[in-house]
Amino acid sequence: MASPLDRRVLVVLPAWNEAESLPTVLTEIRTHLPGVSVLVVNDGSSDETSALARRHDVEVLDLPFNLGVGGAMRAGFRYALAEGFDAVVQVDADGQHDPRDVPSLVEGLDRSDIVIGARFAERGEYEVRGPRRWAMRVLADVLSRLARTPLTDTTSGFRASGPRAIRLFAVHYPAEYLGDTIESLVLAVRGGLTVEQVGVAMRARSAGRPSQHPAKAAVYLLRACLALGISLTRRSQMLVTAEVAA
Amino acid sequence: MNGHLFALSCALITLVFMVELLRRRRLREKYVVLWIAVAVVVLVSAVFPHLLEQLSALVGITVPVNLLFFAGLLLLLVVCVQLSAEVSTLEHESQTLAEETALLRNRVERLERASGAAPGPPLVADPDVSRRSTT
Repeated sequence: MASPLDRRVLVVLPAWNEAESLPTVLTEIRTHLPGVSVLVVNDGSSDETSALARRHDVEVLDLPFNLGVGGAMRAGFRYALAEGFDAVVQVDADGQHDPRDVPSLVEGLDRSDIVIGARFAERGEYEVRGPRRWAMRVLADVLSRLARTPLTDTTSGFRASGPRAIRLFAVHYPAEYLGDTIESLVLAVRGGLTVEQVGVAMRARSAGRPSQHPAKAAVYLLRACLALGISLTRRSQMLVTAEVAA
Repeated sequence: MNGHLFALSCALITLVFMVELLRRRRLREKYVVLWIAVAVVVLVSAVFPHLLEQLSALVGITVPVNLLFFAGLLLLLVVCVQLSAEVSTLEHESQTLAEETALLRNRVERLERASGAAPGPPLVADPDVSRRSTT
């Protein structure tokens, strides 16, 4: 496990009103990942998120209003680029990602530009049913073909980005709905970046419940397909491929 | 009152109003162009009513007024799309600005810590916009 420590790793936590779960997550990160830089992106929270993060002695970006995960992450990538980090690991502030999996994600960056922590691969007890499950299957199939590597969990927010991905995402990180997961992958693959996944254990959120309502899941399916369809038809000239390759 | 005269005066008033808004810098030119075009079209068709009939015969519309309705709807659609596009641009710009202020605030904080200066006041999130999510 020498290589993860060689890199300058930044853990980015996009947080929108996560005051309940954030302290636990930050303490865990400190315990399991000593010496790793942490950046909390407070995405226009109206609760104590920002103040709590500051008390934990981590860097904080305060967005003046809510931008969504995409905007929060782009701010994180810009920070990473400006501060010269070699790897950015996105970890949800709601505690569903286990910080102990971060080293294996960062290790994967030796082989690929983006490493996704997949919730279905090999381990973990993560169960979704109905339209949401189908949506995830369709997305996984299409994106696997595109990325030429088996991807089972494309909507996972638990992912590590290497230097080339940081350079791309600091400029182009989609702020649309689901853009931070699906569209960003399409963008990366189109830009010539490589993607792979490693299995991670998934835990229940320490606060709040994921929506499993059938109607909501159906809307999710439609929006996901729309997001995927649009990003697939987008011209790739819009990318700064030359800049990334440099 | 003569119908033509009514249409003519409406078109003239619209035209004058638009130019006046433009002159006072209340509207930017790119939004005014379409409305001025409308006013001019109405003006022309009020002065030469047969033009509309000839035009609808040309495109195969039997009742000339239908051409008017169709053109009007089309125009409103174009304006709506234009405005949506502008709003998207603005959202994109405000996102970049928000990110930039956050990064600058962080930089100021680090400089304050390094120099031992007293920290500035914390950010107060605007409750009116903080509920606006992109989802």
